[in-house]
Amino acid sequence: MNLNLEKINGCNVLTILDERIDAHNSGELKEYLLQMIEHGEQQIIVQLVHVRFIDSSGLGALLSGNKHIIAKSGRFALTNIQKQVLSMFELTRLNRVFEIYADLNEAFSNEG
Amino acid sequence: MCPSFIQVDVVIPTQTKYLDLIGSIGERIAKELDNFTGDRAALAYQLNLVLTEATVNAIKHGCDNEPQNCVRVTIQLQENELNIKVFDHGQGFDLETVPLPDFEHPGESGMGIFLIRSYMDSVTYTRQSDYNVLEIIKHLQ
Repeated sequence: MNLNLEKINGCNVLTILDERIDAHNSGELKEYLLQMIEHGEQQIIVQLVHVRFIDSSGLGALLSGNKHIIAKSGRFALTNIQKQVLSMFELTRLNRVFEIYADLNEAFSNEG
Repeated sequence: MCPSFIQVDVVIPTQTKYLDLIGSIGERIAKELDNFTGDRAALAYQLNLVLTEATVNAIKHGCDNEPQNCVRVTIQLQENELNIKVFDHGQGFDLETVPLPDFEHPGESGMGIFLIRSYMDSVTYTRQSDYNVLEIIKHLQ
């Protein structure tokens, strides 16, 4: 999976560069997030601007990251979700589970 | 006007790297439909998703992890009915006992069949003597 990680305002901003998250690459995403959390990272914002398709395993990988970071009193947020991808979060009601923002600015202004 | 008829028959190895290929076929079909008046972008996503989830299901549960096994997917559009069949050769499962996801305490897996049912009009799983078939039907407007 192609990812870009940068620190902005002390927060990890992980941009997923692949257009598609499915059962072929979601395990890699899940593992990457878990390793970051195990290494003590407490704030992760995942930018989904390039992602035009996500399946149930992709949602599961993000859910895993969300659960593990919240268990450590950290913060996990999603930004820049494309319309069709967002409909998946709504159908599965995961839009009530995740912190979801239009963009990074909104995510930072709602911090903490 | 010619009646719409499309038939696609694909056989892939039981490897997840082919999910993109299978899903993309559904997406392309949605874009080529002549008489569809609904939300084409939404339909394209839904067909991509349904084909992806159904194929993953066949790869993970149907083929006993034997790499030489294959998954066969057929897609048929006749008039306004889209019929998708995904064949597997594993032990199969009971579709009727697949529970709804727990929306209050969502799990990391177990949403595939729910998503297929949500977007499509009919979903059945039939066990035959030497294969199983997940049949999915959607009536297009």
